[in-house]
Amino acid sequence: MATYTTSQFKSGLKVILDNDPCSIIENQFVKPGKGQAFSRVKLRNLLNGRVMEKTFKSGESIEAADVHEAPMQYLYTDGEKWHFMVTDTYEQHEANEAAMGDAVKWIKEEDMCDVTLWNGRPISVVVPMFVTLKVAQTDPGLKGDTSSGGNKPATLETGTVIRVPLFIQEGEVLKIDTRTGEYASRAKE
Amino acid sequence: MHRGPKSNLDRLWQPSASRWLLRQRASLLAEIRSFFAAREVLEVETPLLASASVTDVHIRSLSSCLQAPDGWQRFYLQTSPEFAMKRLLAAGSGPIYQICKAFRDGEDGPAHNPEFTMLEWYRPGFDHHRLMDEMDELLAAVLGTPAAERVTYRQTFERRLGLDPHRASIAQLQTAASQAGVSLAGQGPEDRDGWLHLLMSHVLEPDLGRGRPTFLHDFPASQAALARLRSVEGPCEGCVYEVAERFEVYVEGVELANGFHELADAREQRQRFVADLEQRQALGLEDVPIDERLLAALDAGLPDCAGVALGVDRLLMLLTGATELRKVISFPINLA
Repeated sequence: MATYTTSQFKSGLKVILDNDPCSIIENQFVKPGKGQAFSRVKLRNLLNGRVMEKTFKSGESIEAADVHEAPMQYLYTDGEKWHFMVTDTYEQHEANEAAMGDAVKWIKEEDMCDVTLWNGRPISVVVPMFVTLKVAQTDPGLKGDTSSGGNKPATLETGTVIRVPLFIQEGEVLKIDTRTGEYASRAKE
Repeated sequence: MHRGPKSNLDRLWQPSASRWLLRQRASLLAEIRSFFAAREVLEVETPLLASASVTDVHIRSLSSCLQAPDGWQRFYLQTSPEFAMKRLLAAGSGPIYQICKAFRDGEDGPAHNPEFTMLEWYRPGFDHHRLMDEMDELLAAVLGTPAAERVTYRQTFERRLGLDPHRASIAQLQTAASQAGVSLAGQGPEDRDGWLHLLMSHVLEPDLGRGRPTFLHDFPASQAALARLRSVEGPCEGCVYEVAERFEVYVEGVELANGFHELADAREQRQRFVADLEQRQALGLEDVPIDERLLAALDAGLPDCAGVALGVDRLLMLLTGATELRKVISFPINLA
């Protein structure tokens, strides 16, 4: 079992805290001139994204987490699991709903994603910053309708509903910013 | 002349402190020197490398090996000039000060650099309160701060946490820490002092020295280091306990200096060194040789005196409003 001591702490280090994998965001050395030194550490829990602050006595050690990230292609979902493949090795991984998080809103077959593995199992999936998705359903926009602020709801091929400009028609392909979940532009195809 | 894209080395040769800060440092050092010149305190130099070092369990000395007639000998980079300066005092130097580098392994952070500049001075005939008076004058001269407030270690704990640091149990200190929102990972401190240090550094210190400097004095006897002990009346009738005649200086939440009414008793000093070494052994820490030359000097007679060490880099930080120590040091350890 690999471990790290406080003097090895730095941002980006992956550790196990209370049985969960965490990433160190910030490590601050605190020490009175005479007396015990501490490391004040900010960590992100990689399973739920929560950020917490913990204090370690200097010299204490913590278990290293076997966490790494790999680009993978999304293959399909069987309704319970989402299946991914490392394209050069054909190695496949399946992610559950918790690991998928918001990615389910935007993901479509053959998209490349960043998959984070913990002990070889996916724990989070990050879709590209911009994805292109087809509009499955939207009502025709009414010219001059300003009550809706110049936009209307549209259901994408993934089932996600977003706001789009009034001129967008069913069957069009859109570019979406996945960080905000907002329409960015029409996709050129 | 053709120059390629900026390499790492192209960026890494440059200092982290601005030219303005270099000038601020130079004028601060000049001001400190004129402060002591006006008071007829003698500037001295003592060696950075010494054959012995501090036994303090929480301080890690750096060392180097030097050639000697029969092979090599280990020398320690000083963690403060205290021992050598006390030898000068015992030899009759009178009041002395020194501005020098000190080294502490593993101390690296927003307010720490393993190599730092220290101002240390000693005043024969002073106790810690008279030295606090002089510290107040120095801070007023260089930082322009108003008169400091003096509070005892006990008062600080009582006011903020409602507990007596000299008598509270580990369980009470633990509860106070978690109520103050300190979340500990791992084992946590193993002794009472460790818990007191935790509360001090995480909960109390950020509020100390706001608006005016805070001089914290009368530390628990277990944190005496090289200070004298004195018996004081406790809060309850008839209870008496010992405090260390030690003070710490805080300005705007920054720990700036640590001073003692110096222990002059060679026997008691040896006992404290030995106790440190025993604790080091119990904790699996490196053994360090006891400074026999210091003990011999105490034995010969250290004048009754008080002394204090002040972090010059932190003083410069406070003076210039810098938020990190690395901004006031030309080349901090990652650029050294």
